[in-house]
Amino acid sequence: MTAANGAADAGTVLSVEDLRVYFYTRSGVVRAVDGIDLEIAKGEAVGLVGESGSGKSQTALAVMGLTTRPGRVESGRIVFNGMDLRRQSAEAIRNIRGRDIAMIFQDPMSSLNPVLRVGEQVADGMRVHQPGRRRMAVVLDELLALHRLRRITGRIRARVVELFRRVRIPGSERRVRSFPHEFSGGLRQRVMIAAGLAWSPSLLIADEPTTALDVTIEAQVLELIAELQQEMEMGLLLITHDIGLVAENCDRVYVMYAGRIVEEARVRDLFTNPRHPYTQGLLASTPDLDDDQEWLVTMEGAMPDLTEPFAGCAFYDRCPHRLDPRCAIERPPLREVGTHHRVACFYDSPQAAGVEARRGAGEGSEVGPVGGPS
Amino acid sequence: MTGTGTEQVAMQEVSIVRTTRRARARRVLSTILSTRRALVGLILVLSMVIVSAFAPIIAPYDPVIPDHGPQFAPPGWEFPFGTDDFGRDVLSRVIWGGRKALVISLAAVLLAMVAGGVLGLVAGFVGRRVDQLIMRLVDILQAIPWLVMALMVVAFLGPGVWNVIFAIALPGVPGYARLVRSAVLEVREQDYVTAARAIGDGPVSIMVRQVLANSFVPVLVVMTLGFGNTLIAEAGLSFVGLGTQPPEPSWGRMLSESRSFISVASWTVVFPGLAISWGVIGFNILGDGLRDALDPRMRDIR
Repeated sequence: MTAANGAADAGTVLSVEDLRVYFYTRSGVVRAVDGIDLEIAKGEAVGLVGESGSGKSQTALAVMGLTTRPGRVESGRIVFNGMDLRRQSAEAIRNIRGRDIAMIFQDPMSSLNPVLRVGEQVADGMRVHQPGRRRMAVVLDELLALHRLRRITGRIRARVVELFRRVRIPGSERRVRSFPHEFSGGLRQRVMIAAGLAWSPSLLIADEPTTALDVTIEAQVLELIAELQQEMEMGLLLITHDIGLVAENCDRVYVMYAGRIVEEARVRDLFTNPRHPYTQGLLASTPDLDDDQEWLVTMEGAMPDLTEPFAGCAFYDRCPHRLDPRCAIERPPLREVGTHHRVACFYDSPQAAGVEARRGAGEGSEVGPVGGPS
Repeated sequence: MTGTGTEQVAMQEVSIVRTTRRARARRVLSTILSTRRALVGLILVLSMVIVSAFAPIIAPYDPVIPDHGPQFAPPGWEFPFGTDDFGRDVLSRVIWGGRKALVISLAAVLLAMVAGGVLGLVAGFVGRRVDQLIMRLVDILQAIPWLVMALMVVAFLGPGVWNVIFAIALPGVPGYARLVRSAVLEVREQDYVTAARAIGDGPVSIMVRQVLANSFVPVLVVMTLGFGNTLIAEAGLSFVGLGTQPPEPSWGRMLSESRSFISVASWTVVFPGLAISWGVIGFNILGDGLRDALDPRMRDIR
C-alpha cells in the first residue's frame, strides 16, 4: 500500500504500516497512534512533527518495542531492514535495540542513572551486545559492577573514550569516570548519543532530543547528530514539535495530528506548498522575523479527545476549510498531490496555497505579543 | 558553526565539579568523622571488630577450660573482669563470645539481605499476583514477634550455628524485601530505565544494575542498623539456651548463667551486659552516621 511512495524500495531501513497504539485507561481507550504509515530510507533524515499528545513519541516507542502498560500496539507492521519486528521474540528485539536501532530521549537529565558513571552507562550498551554473552555472566558482571569492583578497562574503555571524543565531550579520557550530575544538559545528551552510536546503528530515533536544552546547545547537538548521521549513513527519525528544526535537519517530513499522519512531503515542498489545513496553520503560526507582526498567530481550538472514536477527519473541529458533511463522517485517506507529497484532506487547496493558507488559517484568535520561538 | 567553535562552547559548558574517587571517599569519611555521633559509632564498632579478630592473641586465658583461677575472683590485675563460678576469666569469655556473636550476626544479616533483596526484586518486577503473594508472606513474617519466631525456628530445627543464623535472619527478611521492592517500584518508572532498555539491556541487567545500584546505600544503612538487632537476637537466643551451647562462651549465655550470682559476683553479669550494649549502640550510631554521610538527598546528586 505504500508502494506509491517511491522514496525507498530496497534501501528502506524502516517501514511502518497501519500502526495503532492504544492505551487502555479507566476513562476509555485512548487511540494514541491511530493507523499511521511511515517510511525511512537508508541514510535519510525524516522529521515527525506534531503537537504534544499527537502520538509522536508513542510511534517511536512502538518501533523500539518499548510500549508500556497500559499502552499496547494494537495492530500494524513494523518492518526494519526487512524484518517484521512485531513477530520477533523479546530476545531478538533486545538484540536489535541499541545495536541496530538507537534512540535518544527528550530529557538527558533523567535518561542517565544518577548513581552510575557515564562511561559505565555507555559501556553497558556495548557489553550487552557482545556476541556469546551468557546470562550468568551478565548477572555476575552486574553484581561486580555494583560494588565498583569492576572498572571499565581495556578495549571497552578505549572504545568509550573514542565515542566520547566523537561526540565531542572535552577531556574524554577523564570524563568517562564522571557521574551524570557533574555534566550539563548538553554534555549528558552527548553521552546519550555516544551510547546510541556504540554499534553504528542503521536507524537513530531522536525523540525531541533538544527540547530540554537551551537554544545554543540545541544547535550544537543537532549539528552533531546530523554530522554523525551523514558519516554513518544512518536513517534518522527526528521527532519534534518545532517545525523549524525539521526544516534545517531533515529531507522529508511527516506531520502528525491526533494519532494520524495528515501530511507527508519533502521538506521544501512542505514549506513552500503545504496542503493540509493543519500544516498551513502550523506554518502560519511560526513567527516570522521579517514580518512586522505584532501578534502571534495561533490556531483556535485543541486536539480532539482521543478516547472518543471519530469517523471523520481529526482536524474537523478546527479546520477553516472543512466540507460538510463529508469531513465529519469520512476519514480522509492519504492521497498523492505531488512527488513524494501526500495529504489526508478532501479539500483541494489552490496552487498558491502557501500565501492563501496564511490568510485562511490565520483567521484564528490573536494571542499575546510575538515572543521568541517556543 | 564550525567544529572548533562547537568544541570551545562545549568546553565552557563543562563547569566541572571534579570529583575523583579519592575525593569522594574522603568526603564520605569526613562526613562520618565530622558528626561526633557517627565517629563514636565507628570507634565502638571498629574496637569490637579488632578485638574479635585478634581474640586468640588478646584474650589472656582460654575461655572454656575451667579453673584458671579461684571461683568468683573480683576484677583485678590478674583477672580484669574477674572470674565466674568455674573460675574462668570473664574478660576472655567476653572477647570470645563477641567474636562468635559478630560472626553469627554478620552471616544472619547477609542472609536476610540476600533473601529479602531477592524477594523484593521479584515482587517489584513481576508485580501483580506474585507481588501480592510475596508481600503477604512478608506481612505474615512481620506479624510474628521476632523472638517468638526465632524461638520457633530453633525449637523446630534444633540448636546449631546454622540454625541459629537462619532463625536470626528470618525476622530481618521483611525489612529488606520492602526496602528493595519500593526501590524497584520507584526506579522502574524512571526515564533512565527506558533509556537502558533502549540500548538493549534485558530485564536481568536492569533489575540488578539499575535497581540495586540505586538501593545500595539504603540497604547498607539498614544492614548496619540491623546488625545491632541481630546481636541482641543472638544474645537472646543464647540467654534462653537455644543459641550457642555450653561451654562455648556467649554473651547471652553468660548473662543467664550468672544472673543468680548477681548479688555475690556482679561482674559476671555486668561485663557481658556492657559488651552487648557496646556492640548494639555502636552499630546503631554508625548506621545513623552512614545514612547522613551517604544519603544522596543530602549530597549534590539530584
